[in-house]
Amino acid sequence: MNAATRPRLFPGLTGTPRVLTIAALLTVLALGGTFLLDPFRNFQLATAAAYFCAVAGLSLLIGLSGQLSLGHAALMAAGGYGYALTSNALTDAGVDGVPRFVMSLVAGVAIACLLGLLLGLAAARLHGPYLAGLTLALVIAVPAITSVWSGVFRGDQGLQTAYNPVPTALERLIALEQWQAWVAIIVASVVVTALALVRRGALGLRMRAVRDDETAARLNGVPARHVKVTAFTFSAAAAGAGGAVLCFITQSVGPGGYTLAFSLLLVVAAVLGGLGSIGGAAIGSVVIVVLPWALGAGAGALDLPRELEQRLSGNLSLLVFGALLIAVMILRPDGLAGLAGTWRRRGSGSVASGAAGSATTARSSAGAGADAPLPSATSAPDATASSDSSRTIPIER
Amino acid sequence: MSQQSSTLRSAARRTGGLIAASALAVSLAACSTPSAPAAGGDDEPAGDTTGVTDTTVTVGTHMPLTGPAAAGYSSISAATNAYFDYLNDQGGVNGRTIEYIVKDDGYNPANSQTVVRELVQQDEVFAILNGLGTATHQSVLDFLDQNSVPDLFVASGSTAWNQPETYPNTFGFNADYVVEGAALGQYAADEFPDAAVCMLGQDDDFGDEFLEGLEMALGADGLTEVQRYSVSNQDVTAQIGALQAAGCDIVTLATINGFTALAVGTAAQLGWFPQWFGSSSGADYPTLVGYLGEDMAPKLLQGFTGTNYLPMADDEWVDLFREINTEYNGDAPFDGNTIFGMSVGYVFAEALAAAGENPTREALVEAVQSGDLVGNGILPLAFGPDSHAAYLGVGITTVDQGVQDYIDATYEVRDGSVSAVDPQPVPLSGAGVPGA
Repeated sequence: MNAATRPRLFPGLTGTPRVLTIAALLTVLALGGTFLLDPFRNFQLATAAAYFCAVAGLSLLIGLSGQLSLGHAALMAAGGYGYALTSNALTDAGVDGVPRFVMSLVAGVAIACLLGLLLGLAAARLHGPYLAGLTLALVIAVPAITSVWSGVFRGDQGLQTAYNPVPTALERLIALEQWQAWVAIIVASVVVTALALVRRGALGLRMRAVRDDETAARLNGVPARHVKVTAFTFSAAAAGAGGAVLCFITQSVGPGGYTLAFSLLLVVAAVLGGLGSIGGAAIGSVVIVVLPWALGAGAGALDLPRELEQRLSGNLSLLVFGALLIAVMILRPDGLAGLAGTWRRRGSGSVASGAAGSATTARSSAGAGADAPLPSATSAPDATASSDSSRTIPIER
Repeated sequence: MSQQSSTLRSAARRTGGLIAASALAVSLAACSTPSAPAAGGDDEPAGDTTGVTDTTVTVGTHMPLTGPAAAGYSSISAATNAYFDYLNDQGGVNGRTIEYIVKDDGYNPANSQTVVRELVQQDEVFAILNGLGTATHQSVLDFLDQNSVPDLFVASGSTAWNQPETYPNTFGFNADYVVEGAALGQYAADEFPDAAVCMLGQDDDFGDEFLEGLEMALGADGLTEVQRYSVSNQDVTAQIGALQAAGCDIVTLATINGFTALAVGTAAQLGWFPQWFGSSSGADYPTLVGYLGEDMAPKLLQGFTGTNYLPMADDEWVDLFREINTEYNGDAPFDGNTIFGMSVGYVFAEALAAAGENPTREALVEAVQSGDLVGNGILPLAFGPDSHAAYLGVGITTVDQGVQDYIDATYEVRDGSVSAVDPQPVPLSGAGVPGA
């Protein structure tokens, strides 16, 4: 959403401080933005922020480490159930408010992390379709797991949690949905900033090396399996945070929310936005929240016959997602974030080859700097290795 | 280097703009904070009139129009809509026509949350009417309570809707599952004292409460075997096999229509034909025929025993609803769901009429709670200040030669025990238009 304004801010700042400054600025902007939205839009924003955590993690996993996961909904579910179980236990123990939220969130993330670690250990030994199959099996197993241990997970009904009201200090200023959006935005910004730092750091560089040529990476001393497992674990932690936030917003978690279709939707969001791009993940998350609602509202406004409306309900958005995905893949293989990049370049009058350029430069940097220390923004490898957004910076100089 | 400093300056300008924009956003906050209008309300002493205009009242619902429960229930909201169309043609209620917004949740609690928020916050409905499903509606119960939205006549027999202290605005519509389980258990005990009674139930409150009712009638160890299934897994072969192995004579079903058909069909494939007893939520004969087929259904469902509390077969209410169905519902298949949906519409109209010339959310809840609503069931509605349950009793129905109707057995649950009572059907008045 703010991807277009990001790259040219603070050219004086470099490295980690730059990432942190931009993250803080965007967070403040997003928090301020909630004042302009009505409660339902704030609820949608909170949902999009929760999805953003998961999609950013997934995008990093696929785009940087080259591992495809079709099971991120299951990792979100792990975060959600971890959150709900902890929150209910704490409620029984008489804990509430912010401590309950933070402890539950940490528990949710920890459980997703653990599951991600296990998956990652398997993933490090599997490639392509086999890994996709494994993660697919996991997400299909979620309803079965919840109904087999229905004493704990309450089957299809899922778990309900107590809600966290607006803190008394803010009660007069903001509504409940706005408060929920704030919490979601803050969690998302922490998670995504961490991912952004991983991405531009040594680990990110190693992930790219492993993605592009595992053998070459090993020869250069990159512990490929270790890198893959770590990537999976980070990605799972992000998904877990997303699931926990979703549970916080809706006060419930159930297998119905984490189906295979939802898992595929997360992949669609990552691909639509642009794999490996964090701005792209933000765009993708907003699209998967807003598009089904907009289509529903549009179909409602058209005053279609009742029967046709029933038939379209729920199916129309799938159709449009499919079409959109095909269109984006044909026109911009690097996703909607790449499209924003094109406009920027066109606006500044400079010429750059988007997708092809990034692929080759990423490859060259992977070979050249597999063991490089934290790259600084002033050096050429960073500009090529770090992100689609920083691609434009060296051209301006 | 000079180039860099110029970019720095322009970046600083841009940053300044951004900060100014966010400052503007924050300053706008005072007037756009959403809690302000909700808390303040109108100056009229009457109360909250969201969703009410001089000529219309808008209500909304969440229903499964797609997914595993759609085939059994999607006709309900269409029937309610048809009844409202009929009512609106008769002048509506107190000069206001009723608009009914139906949103699909696919029987999935995660979707219910989104669509109900949309109904309350975007469409600004006066009330949620007849939201369907135990798990689905459970997921929005707290949200509706926090927003003080009247949550009328939930289409589920969970006892969760009958908690006046915790959820003062929520009212059920079905006879609750405890009542249904107790009635079927008592009927089995009365008529088949030596039979081995078993249960197949949904893996949620529906199954739990039905079991509670059965045990009320049959004693804690009165059941030979209990099996549970989850809606997301459309295969009950293992459960049916276990029931067959346990030697059940009567299988009571806490199932939705689709799973009743699945259970009966699966047992038939295994060559097993016990006596089936179903809860009203899953015992609608025409709906089951839709699943099992015109050829097989009459054979498989001969003698199928169920419960109900709404008019059936030969009745003046049914005749009226049949006419409405022909005229306002495109002559859709007429089944128990049609009667259910139109009955919901009638009771809502009754409540709205009782809420007075200028209805508010508070007055609507007060009207339901007053105990003056009678409905159109075989027993009068049981709503009152301390009870948000619609029906405390049910009649036993059976299927004979493809016709489902009441037999001479009606049971009521009061103070934790079940007893036989005489039905007191509410007669049709004013051509189904309240206050006419």
